[in-house]
Amino acid sequence: MKVSVQTEDFDLGVEVRDISKNPKIGAVASFIGLVRDVPMTLEHYPGMTERAIAKIVEEARGRWQVMDCTVIHRYGALQPNDQIVLVAVASAHRGDAFAACEFIMDFLKTQAPFWKKEQTAEGARWVEAKATDDQAAERWK
Amino acid sequence: MKIKVLYFASLREKIGKDAEDIELPAGIATVAALRSHLRARGGSYEAAFAEKSLLRSAVNQDMVQPAAAVKAGDEVAFFPPVTGG
Repeated sequence: MKVSVQTEDFDLGVEVRDISKNPKIGAVASFIGLVRDVPMTLEHYPGMTERAIAKIVEEARGRWQVMDCTVIHRYGALQPNDQIVLVAVASAHRGDAFAACEFIMDFLKTQAPFWKKEQTAEGARWVEAKATDDQAAERWK
Repeated sequence: MKIKVLYFASLREKIGKDAEDIELPAGIATVAALRSHLRARGGSYEAAFAEKSLLRSAVNQDMVQPAAAVKAGDEVAFFPPVTGG
C-alpha cells in the first residue's frame, strides 16, 4: 500500500507495474484526475492528508479484497491537463478492484484535506465543495 | 490550557495567518465552543467564523463533528469543505 502527497508528476505505467507483481493479482483498476480548464493551486494539510487517505484505504480493504493499492495526490501549482490524483487498486478479480477504486476516490473527495484555488481570467477564486460529492460518498453507507 | 489552532484555504486568507497558539478560557471544551470563542474576538475572526460560514474541523488530524472534545495540547484545525481529487 502506498500513499504519497507530492508536487511531482507521476507515471501510471510505473505505478500499475509496481502493484501488479504478485501472481495472484488478476485485475488492476485505476483512476486519474486531471486539471480541467484553468490553472490552479492546491493547498493541503500536511500530516492529516496522508492520515486521512490511509484511513480511506483501510476502510476499502475492510470491504473488498484489495491486494495492493497506490494513491498519489499532487499539491502546489498545476496547469490544465496536468494529472492531479491517481488511485490504483490491485485485486484477484475486477469487481473488487473497480469498487474499491471508486470508493477510495469518492471518499478522498469529501475527507482528504485539499483545497483548490483556480486562477481564472477574473482573478483567483477558491473552488466550492459540491453537494454531488457528498452524495457520491453517502451512497456507500 | 494551551492549544494549537490551524487555518486553511479561504479561512486562512480571511484571518491572515495559518496557525496560532491559543490560551483557552475555562469552560471551552468542544470544537463548537472554540469556534464561538474565536468569533467573539471580532474583526476578521467575526467574519471568518460567522454562523453562516460553512466550516469543517479536525482535532489532532482527524475530521470531527462540532461536538468533539478539545483538551490541552490538542491541534485543532478549521477549514472550508474540502475540494481535492
